[in-house]
Amino acid sequence: MSTMTSAPDQAARIRDSRIQEQTIDLSATPRIPLSRLVRVELRKMADTRSGKWLLIGIGVITLAVIGIFYVTADPSERTFFNFMAATNGPQGLLLPVLGILLVTSEWSQRTALVSFTLTPVRGRVLLAKVLGGLLAGLAAIALTVVVAALATIVAGADNAWAEVGVDDLGKFLLLQATGILQGLAFGLLFLNSSAAIVSYFVLPTALNILGSFWTAMAEVQPWFDLWTSQSPLFMGGNLTSEQWAQCVTSSLIWVVLPFAVGLVRVLRAEVK
Amino acid sequence: MITVDGVTKTYGGHTAVDDVSFVARPGRVTGFLGPNGAGKSTTMRIMVGLTPASTGRVSIGGHRYGDLPNPGLLVGVLLDASAQHNGRTGREILTIGAETMGLPRTRVEEMLELVSLSTIEARRRLRDYSLGMRQRLGIAHALLGDPRILILDEPANGLDPAGIHWMRGLLQQYAQRGGTVLLSSHLLHEVEKIADDLVLIGQGRVVAQGTKQELLQTRGAYVRAIEYEPLLDALQVAGILTIPSGEGLRSDADPARIGEVAAAAGLTLAELRPAEGAGLEDLFLQLTADTQREGVPA
Repeated sequence: MSTMTSAPDQAARIRDSRIQEQTIDLSATPRIPLSRLVRVELRKMADTRSGKWLLIGIGVITLAVIGIFYVTADPSERTFFNFMAATNGPQGLLLPVLGILLVTSEWSQRTALVSFTLTPVRGRVLLAKVLGGLLAGLAAIALTVVVAALATIVAGADNAWAEVGVDDLGKFLLLQATGILQGLAFGLLFLNSSAAIVSYFVLPTALNILGSFWTAMAEVQPWFDLWTSQSPLFMGGNLTSEQWAQCVTSSLIWVVLPFAVGLVRVLRAEVK
Repeated sequence: MITVDGVTKTYGGHTAVDDVSFVARPGRVTGFLGPNGAGKSTTMRIMVGLTPASTGRVSIGGHRYGDLPNPGLLVGVLLDASAQHNGRTGREILTIGAETMGLPRTRVEEMLELVSLSTIEARRRLRDYSLGMRQRLGIAHALLGDPRILILDEPANGLDPAGIHWMRGLLQQYAQRGGTVLLSSHLLHEVEKIADDLVLIGQGRVVAQGTKQELLQTRGAYVRAIEYEPLLDALQVAGILTIPSGEGLRSDADPARIGEVAAAAGLTLAELRPAEGAGLEDLFLQLTADTQREGVPA
């Protein structure tokens, strides 16, 4: 194999090329703006059948729940707040799934290969997903507000607007935003749709069941169980500072912690 | 230009890429050749930051890939044509790419036309694409940002002969306009036709690299004389090593040198020609045989 280049030749070749190597001037190329990455993430949410139907499903179920509440609730119960509160359950189930799929579909369909090649700073892609997910949640709440308001105008009880304040809207937002972020966190943690979705539903439920049997645990449960700590948010009325503190600790456990672990995992992962 | 400098990747105790160094130059097509599992794809993923290297560095146009502000405008990458969402249409996949890079939508149509995907095909979802169509779409995706550098992993996979011919022309023209092309393949003959430079990799190590001419250049000669034994003696006396091959002899020496010796000895040559340039092919077959799982390739 005398024609083959020997190792020292190779090294020399590379040294030569390094001297010759011309650095391509990129100072005129702007970095991809975050707004564009968010727009791309929003587009990716809706451009597949499954994504489109999930979004349509969230919209339709929101409408349906308000309709069902209108039909089944006592006329005096038909307040704006109650219309809103009725949608909390179904949205709270579906929006986190949206968050999960936003992350895991990149792995199951291996599009992460392309996404992270076009945007090599992975944290920016994930930030765009977080913002895109929150925007989708905001849209869902906006839809709820509009439909609930219409329902209240059309068929509301006499003092239907009395008990609602801006802080209630804020609490709804907080609730759904936590759900979406938790979905994203579980998606990042598991990088697998079924594992993330199952864990998302099973773990808190298991905790809840445990709490209902074990009274000693029930007392401390609000501190670490998100479902329990968050229920005052859609009950109306103000939260005590202890209740707020419980929202914070349980969110740390169920949202911040899995998000942080998942983030480290994705930033370090080898993408194949 | 792509500079790969001492890149090593180990997984536990296994070294997938072992101190790989080479350069892909502008205006040239560089073929990255090796049997399956030789470390080509891992090296390419390291180039674009999808896999962290254990040691070594790669620079693309003088930059670390991760530092590129909008990589798609400088480097077109196709690592796996199937790594796209099955439920998206071909056009949608290109649109997402174009939107990420900040390109006008007209670019999507141009690329679809370039790779001959019809309007109807572009409307179909990726799950209904053949591997060849996926490759075409992948090449369109890589070319979206009008990049100066292309990194393509096995781009000819799944293309029919006409498609391979088309791609060869496309990439050669691209290089002629000053572009840098790095493409991998596990088929020597495929790369031989298209590449200007070759980097041969086996079991994670670069075993040969150079221009195609250098690597395919033939050294030595095949000679057959009417008088077999006298030729053998004459060459031996002249200090030329030979090995018997069929009715003749194979040697490391130049045909001209052998001719000289034969003439001086007054021998009649029936045949004297440069040895067939089997050097690279032999090496490649040897590499392949070492890692071959399904027997010798046809």
